[in-house]
Amino acid sequence: MAVTHESTAGMGGIRSAGDLVFRMELQGMKINEAKKYVAEKLGCGIDQLADCAEMKDIREDLNIGTTQSRPNAGVGIQTKFRIAELLNIPINSVNKFKKEAGI
Amino acid sequence: MSKILTRYGDNYVAEMTEEEIRQDIEDGTLDASERAEIPTLTKEEVDYLYEIIACPQKIVSVEPGKEVVVSFDAGTLKLCVRNGIPMDRLQAILTQERALASDSIEMCHVDYSYKPIKAIIAEEKQAMEQAQLMTTLPLLYGAMPNMGLYTKPDGPCENWAELLPAGKIPEARAAQEEAIEHAIKDIVFVASNMIDSGADGINFDTVGASGDADVKASLEAVRILKEKYPTTGFEVGMAGEFNLGMHGQLKYDDEVIAGLYPHQQVKMAERAGVSIFGMAVNTNSSMSLAWNLARVVTFAKAAVHVAEIPVHANVGMGVGGVPLSVIPSADAVSRVDKALIEIAGVDGL
Repeated sequence: MAVTHESTAGMGGIRSAGDLVFRMELQGMKINEAKKYVAEKLGCGIDQLADCAEMKDIREDLNIGTTQSRPNAGVGIQTKFRIAELLNIPINSVNKFKKEAGI
Repeated sequence: MSKILTRYGDNYVAEMTEEEIRQDIEDGTLDASERAEIPTLTKEEVDYLYEIIACPQKIVSVEPGKEVVVSFDAGTLKLCVRNGIPMDRLQAILTQERALASDSIEMCHVDYSYKPIKAIIAEEKQAMEQAQLMTTLPLLYGAMPNMGLYTKPDGPCENWAELLPAGKIPEARAAQEEAIEHAIKDIVFVASNMIDSGADGINFDTVGASGDADVKASLEAVRILKEKYPTTGFEVGMAGEFNLGMHGQLKYDDEVIAGLYPHQQVKMAERAGVSIFGMAVNTNSSMSLAWNLARVVTFAKAAVHVAEIPVHANVGMGVGGVPLSVIPSADAVSRVDKALIEIAGVDGL
C-alpha cells in the first residue's frame, strides 16, 4: 500500500525533494508553504520538486544524498549536515553528532 | 444503463450505475455534514469526485505539482513484522528510504505503546542513534498512548471499562484521571530520550483510542515536550473521526474534549503545539467506496480549511476511505489519495 500511495501522490523521498519538504512540515509549514520554502533554498521551481530527473542533478550537485550508493557521495549523517545548513533548520541528529564528536 | 466497476468498503468489487454512485456520494457527504455540522461538498466537487471514482483506468494519480509528503504510523512494523520479512529495523528504514522512496519513516517497537518502551529505553535509544547515522530522510520515533495499559491487572488504575457498565461513573472518571498522569509521565520520558538520541520528531499514533482521557494525556504531553524541544516536530494521528467520551467531562484548556470532529480536533492540537495533525475517519465496510470517500473528503475539507498546521489524512487499512482489508486494492487506494489531495487539499498522507 505504501507503494501505491507513493506512486499515486507521494513526493518521492530522496529520489526528489520529499524528505526536504517533510522536514519543513515538521516545522509546522503547510504543504504549499513548505514546497515554496524548499524550492527557494534549492534555487529551483516548485514544479521540479517531485521530478526525479531534475532533483537527481540538484541533489548530486549539493551532495545531499540520493537513493543510489556511490563512491565519494554523501550518505546518511553527512547529508544531514548539508541539509541543516541548506534549509536553515536544526536537525537533532546533526547536533548530537557534533556534540559527541566534540565539533 | 452501463455499470461502473468500483469497490465496497470491504475491498470487494461492486458494479454500480452512475446514478447509484452519485447517490452514494450525496449520501456520504450529507452524513459527514450532519454529524460534524460542516458544509457538504459543492456540486463541482461532487462531479469531480464522481469522475475520480468512475475513471475507467485501474490506477489514478494526482496531477504533477500536486504531490504531497507521506508519513507513517507503525513504521518499522510493516516490513519486519506484518510482511514477515526477516530484516531488522535499520534494514527496514533503509528500504523505505532508498527502495520505496518514502518521504519520512517512523522507528517503533513491536510493543507499540509508550508505557512498555520505558523498560527498554536504552536499547531504543541505541537503535535510533545508529539509524540516524545511516539515514537522510526524516526519521521519527512513535508509539501509541494506549491508556488501557494503565488499568489493573497490567497497570495501577481501576478499569473504567468495568466500572462504567457497573454504573460506577465517578470511580470510572477518577481512574481515568489517575491514568492520564501516568501516561503523560511515560510519554514525556520516552519522547525526551528519543529526541535526545536524535529523533527528528515524535509520532503519537491512534490518539483517542481509549477515549477523551487518551486525547488529554497526549496533548498535555505534547505541550510539555514542545516547551522542552521547540524545534522538534510532533505528529498526532487520531484514532477516529469523533472523540469518544469515556470520561465525558475532561477539558483541554477550557474546551471539552469529547465529541470533537476533525475540524475541531485539529484546532485543539494546534494549541498544544502539534506540528502535523493526522485526521482519521473510519471506513464503513458495508458501504461503497463512493459513500466512504465522499464522507471522508467532507470531513477533511473542513479540517484543512481551518487548520494552520499541515493535515495528513490517515489512509491505512480501514481508514480514510481505504477499504477495510489487510490488502486494500490499489485502484481504491489511488482514488482515495487523489480525492483527498485534489478536493480536500490535505497536506500529506
